[in-house]
Amino acid sequence: MQRFINNPDDIVDETVAGFVRAHSDMVKLDAENNRVVLSQWAGEKDRVGIVTGGGSGHEPAFIGYTGKNMVDATAVGELFSSPTAKSFHDCIKAANGGAGVAVLYGNYAGDNMNVKMAAKMAKRDGIEVKTVVANDDVCSAPATEREKRRGVAGEIMMWKIGGAKAATGASLDEVIATAQKAIDNCRSVGVGLGPCTLPAVGHPNFEIEPGKMEVGIGHHGEPGTRVEELKTANEVADDMTRIVLDDHNLPAGTEVAVLVSGLGATPVDELYVLFDRMASQIEAAGLKVYKAYVGNYFTSLEMVGATLTVLALDDELKPLLDMDTACPGF
Amino acid sequence: MQEINNKGAGGIISGVAAVIVDNKAYLSEIDGKIGDGDHGVNMAKGFGRAADRLDPEGTLTEALQVLSDVLMSEIGGSMGPLYGMMFSDMADSLGEAETIDAAKFGAMIRAGLEGVQDIGSAKVGDKTLLDAFTPAVDAFDASIAAGNTFPEALVAMKAAAETGRDSTIDMVAKVGRSSRLGERSRGVLDAGATSCAMILGAFAEDITARLS
Repeated sequence: MQRFINNPDDIVDETVAGFVRAHSDMVKLDAENNRVVLSQWAGEKDRVGIVTGGGSGHEPAFIGYTGKNMVDATAVGELFSSPTAKSFHDCIKAANGGAGVAVLYGNYAGDNMNVKMAAKMAKRDGIEVKTVVANDDVCSAPATEREKRRGVAGEIMMWKIGGAKAATGASLDEVIATAQKAIDNCRSVGVGLGPCTLPAVGHPNFEIEPGKMEVGIGHHGEPGTRVEELKTANEVADDMTRIVLDDHNLPAGTEVAVLVSGLGATPVDELYVLFDRMASQIEAAGLKVYKAYVGNYFTSLEMVGATLTVLALDDELKPLLDMDTACPGF
Repeated sequence: MQEINNKGAGGIISGVAAVIVDNKAYLSEIDGKIGDGDHGVNMAKGFGRAADRLDPEGTLTEALQVLSDVLMSEIGGSMGPLYGMMFSDMADSLGEAETIDAAKFGAMIRAGLEGVQDIGSAKVGDKTLLDAFTPAVDAFDASIAAGNTFPEALVAMKAAAETGRDSTIDMVAKVGRSSRLGERSRGVLDAGATSCAMILGAFAEDITARLS
């Protein structure tokens, strides 16, 4: 595969530089840490600050969700690797407007450790920090061990709703409770058809044989829980929908938001093919699709594949999902 | 007397870094089988930067602190905080010591092990760097307690680290990125245990050379 690379070691810095230049109306670089992207609205007085962060290679996540009524400060890691504790700490300081900071991030070993250390550092600065750890990826652990599940595209819903809640002037505890509810109401699944390559490594970090697919694949190429013959788009859509809804177990009549994201190298038209069938299946299960997002929202370099996220809505979450935002990712 | 000077021992970390940088591709390759293949890349970046910044003629304490600072503030990932805490606690344990004998070295690696246990959540048998590190520290202490010399204890430490590293092949990962694979993580070395055995091996060889 041919790629646009200068020096593989510089790709993250160059991505961030291009990103803040392109979207300077909404985001800026932290003055002292070039691995911290700030919303132009970050640090607003008496509003709870929202922080996230994660490895690079998932663009537009994580940086793309920095903006108005969204994330205030985003820590940027190496490709597929957690940001440093220092970067999370710098984010917390920049996002703090005196009402505390909610760090809303995904369940990965590195992020857990670095956020824990950053929260400790922030405590010494006198900043109150609370966290929500996203774990929406159904196939990464059984339902009985939900605390072990990874966070994937459901994080976008958590940031959207958490950021909107903060914008209403809610307290830190209220923002945390609502962001927690948002991720608790999310279930996601990924299917991979082709692997991805870290430019500095130079070869794919796992193989998917021609004609096969991996059901339950992770955002970093964590191999799936099932490898089987590639089926038609409708059959794959049915499988993905079944996995998510079986785990979700939602009462009929529930309104949901549906997010179908490409993993980087799947054409957007195929995502719409999947979505059409998924929406039919979701409606057939007695649920109502209130809002849909289809596109490349949370990618994994040039992995071929897609993820499905279903968020169950209620009267609190709907207006928060609908609140206007200004961020490059939407 | 079986001891080395702390001053001038900063070069040990230059040697450790060289081993990690030389094995960049190998570490990424084994990580890629059950992880995401970035272990070698990120380790080489951190250890390489530290090697550029540390003073090989300075103390081991200072060099450990330089390495820890780079890992914690510039590398991130899982290995940033884990190895960052390990080297920081090793530096704290050595402190201002003028010389390093077997007792000080044993206390230093024990402090490093406790640092890793404190920040991480793994136990022995979970297929992590602790499977190399824990038996290595225990073997060093046991060898000294049995009346062996410092170099003999270093040989025991290095051997135990390698045996521990190899034991990870048959393990199923319990924490970290590969843990979600369950049985599919069996049959592959753990990248963290492999890099840890390299680090301890490089320590053993350099100190042995300094002692003779």
